[in-house]
Amino acid sequence: MIELEVDVAVVGAGPAGLAAACAAREAGARRVLVIDRNSWLGGILPQCIHDGFGVEETGHSLTGPEYAEMYVSKARALGVAIMGGAMVLELRGDRHLVVASPKGMHSISAGSVVLAMGCRERTRWHSLIPGTRPSGVFTAGVAQAFVNLYNRMVGRRVVVLGSGNVGLIMARRLRLEGAHVVGVVEALPEATGLPRNVVQCLEDYDIPLYTGHTVTGIFGRERVESVEVSRLDPEMRPVPGTSSVIECDCLLLSLGLIPENELSRGAGIEMDQSTGGPVVSQDLETSVPGVFACGNCLHVHDTVDMLAVESRRAGANAAAHRSQITRGRGCAVRAGPGVRYVVPQLIDSPGTVELSLRSVEKLAPATLTVRSRDRILLEKRLRYASPPNMIKVTIDVDGGVLSSREMEVSIDG
Amino acid sequence: MAERLTCIVCPLGCALRVEVDGGSAHVTGNQCARGLDYGRQEALDPRRTVCSTVFVRGGSWPIVSVRTSEPVPRARIMDVMGELKKTVLQAPVEVGRVVITNVAGTGADVVATRCVDKG
Repeated sequence: MIELEVDVAVVGAGPAGLAAACAAREAGARRVLVIDRNSWLGGILPQCIHDGFGVEETGHSLTGPEYAEMYVSKARALGVAIMGGAMVLELRGDRHLVVASPKGMHSISAGSVVLAMGCRERTRWHSLIPGTRPSGVFTAGVAQAFVNLYNRMVGRRVVVLGSGNVGLIMARRLRLEGAHVVGVVEALPEATGLPRNVVQCLEDYDIPLYTGHTVTGIFGRERVESVEVSRLDPEMRPVPGTSSVIECDCLLLSLGLIPENELSRGAGIEMDQSTGGPVVSQDLETSVPGVFACGNCLHVHDTVDMLAVESRRAGANAAAHRSQITRGRGCAVRAGPGVRYVVPQLIDSPGTVELSLRSVEKLAPATLTVRSRDRILLEKRLRYASPPNMIKVTIDVDGGVLSSREMEVSIDG
Repeated sequence: MAERLTCIVCPLGCALRVEVDGGSAHVTGNQCARGLDYGRQEALDPRRTVCSTVFVRGGSWPIVSVRTSEPVPRARIMDVMGELKKTVLQAPVEVGRVVITNVAGTGADVVATRCVDKG
């Protein structure tokens, strides 16, 4: 067992981990170590070869790899230590990590930890799509890695299920590489990805979008041969008699992202079911003192720019953390009517706090209200509120709010 | 000649109607000034950044990701892809290296967006 001692250990070298690590160094932490299971740095970014990253942050529309390179260079220049090809197997409550790498097993004790593991994709089995189990069924992100990192084409005749950004981007990518993309199938009445992607990934290439439909069967013996697509009623149930068969040799699934928190759960960290990530305070600290969380493992972000802002805070706070400090009980922040989730879920000291939240449904216009018991802290008129667009508001928290122990955010039409 | 476009500048995605008359465009349906500019540009001269990959020989990865240095006319996208298909690079490749100048006569270059070491 190789024993190591660091000031800040960061789990994950994607955009969140790298931004947190850089911020930790800039805040004065001496030994900052980033651990990543891949042989490359940047997490998911190197396979996201399209542009649109870093617009707010840099003023330029960068591709994923270019954005990653910006942070990797910065991390190296700041003296951040990096351990690649290493898997964190366990995080213990005393900020102790067990790590497996080609060099052997490591036992790392850290002054503070930043969790930045990112997300996994929803698979066929989350939706239990019936049929046979042929090859050629991929989640969109896995297909993206095959095509953009390993130069492997995933199919010649492709159906995409799910109109989120990853599905739309991959529809275009495969079309550009010569596949026939038969169509994108979406259960909801509208595409869930950005209008920009609907235009530049589907309309530009005449790729049809079938809304209000889903894949109800996958068929083929060794390789996918066809999928069955059915129309859905307003309750999202397949309507009998509306099914049709689409021949294809590849089905991409873009069914959503799930924050990856096996380590967090293993460490006994309190989780929020509505985000899929840890409960955190306004400092992004989890229920385990000295363990912070940021990026997509905390909640799924819309842009890498917003994710980087959050991750820098987590890194700076991790560097400043003193393990003797115990957290006050503070005020719980709840998602009220019209709100799917709010981060942070806990505020334990007075000051200005930025809340990140998502609405349950699309409303235009909308009113956002933050109240503490019977006191209204903020009432804001929004031009629109829609689930794929994270809303951020800033509130001032005083002693009165803290002692009320409760805050609720709601959205109304 | 009227064209219907979805504005992409913000998540509202306004339905724009653009009347093109010679070299000028009249935009309606926008709820802000940015939509006006977008509608005009998109109707008169739609452009796109093309991002793809090209072969690398002797590298630690078989391909390297690339992008056009600026947006190219939408109608030329597949011509650009044709040029990329014919391109083979030798490792090492650095981020920012110009891989093709004036690709398919569009005036835009193609640059590498990632490093590939010898491997």
